[in-house]
Amino acid sequence: MVPQLPLRQIYVASSLWKKNLAAAGPQKFTQEFIDKQVEEFEVGKRHLANMMGEDPETFTQEDIDRSIAYLFPSGLFEKRARPVMKHPEEIFPKQTAIQWDAEGRPFHFLFYTGKQSYYSLLHDVYEKILYMRLIQLMELLLSMPYCSLEEEFILKFRKQLEVQSSKYEIPALQYDPQGVAFSVADGRRKSAKASITLRDSGSGNITINGRNYLHYFPVLQNREQLMFPLLFVGMMGRFDIEGSVEGSGHSAQAGALRLAISRALLSFVSEGEVEKMRQAGLLTADPRIRERKKPGQEGARKKFTWKKR
Amino acid sequence: SRPPSHNIVPTSLILCATYHSEGHSGQYYTLPPTHIQKLFPYGLPPRFQLQIKTFNEGCVMVRPPALELISYLKRADYSKPPLRYVLYGDIGTGKTMSLCHALHYCYSQGWLIVHVPDAHLWVKNCKELLPSSSRPSRFDQPIQASQWLKNFKITNERFLSKLKTTQRYVWTKRESTEKGQPLGELIDQGVNRMKSSSDVVGAVLRELRLQAGGATEGEGAFKLAVAVDGVNALWGKTSLKKEDRTMCEPEELTLIHNLRKMMKNNWSGGAILTALSQTGSVFKPRSAYLPSELLGEEGFDNMEPFVPVSVSNYNEKEFESCYLYYLDRNWLQHPHSRSEEGKKELIFLSNKNPSILERLCAFL
Repeated sequence: MVPQLPLRQIYVASSLWKKNLAAAGPQKFTQEFIDKQVEEFEVGKRHLANMMGEDPETFTQEDIDRSIAYLFPSGLFEKRARPVMKHPEEIFPKQTAIQWDAEGRPFHFLFYTGKQSYYSLLHDVYEKILYMRLIQLMELLLSMPYCSLEEEFILKFRKQLEVQSSKYEIPALQYDPQGVAFSVADGRRKSAKASITLRDSGSGNITINGRNYLHYFPVLQNREQLMFPLLFVGMMGRFDIEGSVEGSGHSAQAGALRLAISRALLSFVSEGEVEKMRQAGLLTADPRIRERKKPGQEGARKKFTWKKR
Repeated sequence: SRPPSHNIVPTSLILCATYHSEGHSGQYYTLPPTHIQKLFPYGLPPRFQLQIKTFNEGCVMVRPPALELISYLKRADYSKPPLRYVLYGDIGTGKTMSLCHALHYCYSQGWLIVHVPDAHLWVKNCKELLPSSSRPSRFDQPIQASQWLKNFKITNERFLSKLKTTQRYVWTKRESTEKGQPLGELIDQGVNRMKSSSDVVGAVLRELRLQAGGATEGEGAFKLAVAVDGVNALWGKTSLKKEDRTMCEPEELTLIHNLRKMMKNNWSGGAILTALSQTGSVFKPRSAYLPSELLGEEGFDNMEPFVPVSVSNYNEKEFESCYLYYLDRNWLQHPHSRSEEGKKELIFLSNKNPSILERLCAFL
C-alpha cells in the first residue's frame, strides 16, 4: 500500500494565473490559420460577386470595396473603423521569419551584433569605403572619372526627389479687348473667400471691394501680406489688382488675398520661379481652421477650473 | 551751419514765403524757430511737433494746395467780405500742414492771426462746463477759453497795445473794461478771471471783426486771418452732457457760438482759412472726407459760398522729395530702405499717404 502523503492545497495568488499579455508580444498567427483565412476570403469573394450580380471571375478589389460600402453604409469618420473586406495578407501583420534554425543557431553570421543588415552592408562597403565617410566618399566617387562604372551600385543608395511644382494648375492668361493680359484666381483662408483679377501694365493700384487697400486694411500687417507675393517675384509696380473678399476677419481676408495673388501670378511667371514660390510657401493653402469646442471643457483647449477636492 | 541739401530751399528764401511758387513744389523749406514758438504754440500736428524736436528744425514741404491758397490770398480784394477757403481731403493727406503753411505766409506778411488749432477740442472731453454768466441758456468752458487767450497773446503781441476797445464791457458788478482800453487789457482780464474768459473771447472776436476793415491805412490797419482746423466741429454734435444728462448742442456753447459768428462773411478786411478733419470728429464715419459729408447740411449752408481746396496723397515727385529728406536726416536707419527695393516697398505700404509714410519711417 502506498503511504498517503498529506495533501495540502497550495494557494497561489490570482495574479499569477492571469496571462502576462505584454510579455507575449504581438499575436502570432500560424501559417495554417492564414491559409484558412485566404480560402475563406476567396469563397466570400465569389459569394459577394453573386450577390451583386457581377461575374465572380473578374471581381477586383475595387469592386469588393464598392460593394461593401454599398451593403454596409457607415457614417463613421475614421476610415479605418469602417467595415472592410481585404485579402488576409493585408489584414494580418506579416510575421518576421524565424531567424534561427531548429537548434537555435542564427542563420546570419552577424546576428549577435544586433544590427545584422547594417553591419553586413558595412562589410559590403568596407572594401571600398568606411561608412562614416560614406556620403563624402560617395560624392568623391561620383566626382571621379569613370564613376559611371559604379552607377548601378550608387543608385541603390540614391532616391529620386520629385519636383512637385508641376502639380499646381496655373490659371489661364486671358486678354482684354485692349490687349492687356489679365488673370483671375481665388484664394481661401479660414472661411474667408477672395477672388482677384490681376491686370498687366498697371501702376500698382489695388482696389478691394471697391475701396482703396489703404482704407480697407488700415493695419500694416495686412498690407504687408498683400505685398509679399509681388515683392518675392519682383513685379511690384507692374500690376493692377482688383479684388473682392468676404467672410471671417481682417487677417484671414488678407491671407486669402495673398494666396489668390500668388496663384494669379503663376501665369505671369516662369517654371523655376513657380518652384521658388512653392518653397517660399506662397502657394500652400493654410489648413488651420478654428478648433471645435469639446463638451466638458470651456472652449477648444481651456478646461473648467480644476478643484482638488 | 549745415550744408543745404539739394531739395531744401536755401536760407535766403525762407523768410519770405511770398517767393514760394510752383517751381518750388516738392521742396522743403525751414520754418524759423522764433516763428514756430510764436505762431504755433499748439497749432502744428502733434507728430510734426515731435519731428521738430527730433530733427531740431521744422521743415515743411511746399505742396500745390498750400501754393493755391497763398496765390488766392495774394490776389484777393480786402475791401470786400472775406473769402472762405476750405481744405478737404482724405485722412493723413496734409490738410493741417497746408493750413499752417498758409498761416505762416500770413504771419510773415504781418497779418493778425486768429488760430483755433482744433475746434474738436472745444466740443468734447471738457472737464468743466459752467453755465454762462451773461446768458442763461449757454455754457462756458473756462479752461479752453483761457488757454486760447494765452496762445492768442503770444502770437499777436505787437497788436495788443495798438488796438483799442470800441465799447464798454461789464463782466461782473465790480469788473468792467472801459471804452478805449488796449486789447491787451481785455485779454489779461480773460486770462486772470477764468469765469468770464469765454465771454472775453467773444468780445475779442467782436472787436477784431469791427476793426479789421476799418482803417485802410495808418497805424491801426491790419488784415485779419481766421484759421480754424476741424471746422466741422462747429456744426456737428458734441459729446458733452448737461447736468440733466441730455446732450449738449453746439450752439449752447459760448465759444462755438462766437466762432460761428466769425465764420460769417459780414465783415471785411481779411480771410477765413479752414480745414476739415475726420480724425477728431465726434460721431462721424471714418470713410467720410468730403465737405458735404463732414459739415452736414447746416454747416454746408452756413459756409457757402466757399472755395474748396482738395488735398491728396503725395505724387511721385513729392514722395521722392520726402524720401530723400528722411535719408538726408538719417531717419531711415535700416540699410534695406536705402535701396530701390526698399523704396518700392515703402511706396506700396504707405500708398504715398504722408502720415502713414511718416509713421512707417519712424520705426525703420
